[in-house]
Amino acid sequence: MRIQVFGPGCAKCKQLEQNTRAAVQDLGLDVEVEKVEDVREMVKLRILSTPALAVDGQVKSTGKVLSVQEIKQYLSA
Amino acid sequence: MAIEAPERTELAGREAEATPAHRSRVRLPAWLVALVGVALWWFVYSNLETAADWLTYSALGLAKQDPFASALAFFVFEVPKVLMLLVLIVFAVGIVRTFFTPERTRQILAGKRESVGNVLAAFLGIVTPFCSCSAVPLFIGFVESGVPLGVTLSFLIAAPMINEVAVVLLFGMVGPQVAGVYVGTGLLIAILCGWIMGRLKLERHVEPWVYEMEAGEALSEGERLRWADRVHAGRQAVREIVGRVWIYVVVGIAVGAGIHGYVPTGTMAAIMGRSAWWSVPVAVVLGVPMYSNAAGIVPIIQALIEKGASLGTALAFMMAVIALSLPEAVILRKVLRPRLLLTYFGVVALGIVFVGYLFNLLW
Repeated sequence: MRIQVFGPGCAKCKQLEQNTRAAVQDLGLDVEVEKVEDVREMVKLRILSTPALAVDGQVKSTGKVLSVQEIKQYLSA
Repeated sequence: MAIEAPERTELAGREAEATPAHRSRVRLPAWLVALVGVALWWFVYSNLETAADWLTYSALGLAKQDPFASALAFFVFEVPKVLMLLVLIVFAVGIVRTFFTPERTRQILAGKRESVGNVLAAFLGIVTPFCSCSAVPLFIGFVESGVPLGVTLSFLIAAPMINEVAVVLLFGMVGPQVAGVYVGTGLLIAILCGWIMGRLKLERHVEPWVYEMEAGEALSEGERLRWADRVHAGRQAVREIVGRVWIYVVVGIAVGAGIHGYVPTGTMAAIMGRSAWWSVPVAVVLGVPMYSNAAGIVPIIQALIEKGASLGTALAFMMAVIALSLPEAVILRKVLRPRLLLTYFGVVALGIVFVGYLFNLLW
């Protein structure tokens, strides 16, 4: 499984990254959460607003800070 | 009060889904809860001033002429008033924004002619959720899917300038007309400046890699939202935005209260009054490098106007502070070459100066 958090580094993006790590830990998954700051990567995945979360290259959410609970649902689905 | 209602609707939605039979057990219909909530909100809101005066002059027994009493009454009245307005409006805007995702806005704008596109883009800039750190991916996404450059710029000017916090604070602290004027002129600047920059044919001053990005299908519309989700988004907006700005509001009003009580009326007239012709451009030049959020700047604007600054000058200062900032320039530099970036700042600054003069003349 590949988990990516997209964002240029504003407060919201950091929050999403933290929440994602917490969700990964809660679920006991052994994956590294990637933080992607390169805009080109975001454009390739058609992300218009940050922060965004992608699982296995599939964009799950854009433009909002998901709660740990919401992220868990995306990760276990 | 207004935020209590959503909790129940959300619960109601979930229970109904799980076991339809249980729906009858759910206390009250959502609309009734919302109605009672708004009525209660209105009752408290409309009695705040009486309560603040009672507290200051009757309960504490302070004299009417005492500047401290006048400052205290101002503070005790303004803080809950502005916070209540903020909660209600941010909640409502949070719900409205679930209907206008950036993806949807892009779809609407793609393929629009320039003039119509500029007007639409400015209006959509108000209702589309936008954070300045997503300015770059959004800019590329728009330009790449065929939204004209000038139309994209109209959006980028309107989105940060006309934000709900600024409008609510102006409405609550300075007055409904000024809030209306702010929204109207903000739209005008976004529409005109975007249109002018579209005419200037500046496409070649966009960093070339932007156009080299492979164009592809836009993301499909996300999962369908239920009303419970929209209400949830509204509550989240309240928690996030009000949670972030309330401290600025309180500090700003405290400073404003001090000015209200102690600084004599007319102090600002000489520097920022209508007669000083140079005050508008100076206000804009000072405002551009300054960066403050709306919550911090409005109480100061209110105090300036009260002490004799003219409306046009004060609005121009506020627009320059909110709409143009150095951090934004740094972000946009990734996609705009220096010449286009300078043109962008120059045209918008000129637009703001123009609006400042216009209002000093008319008011």
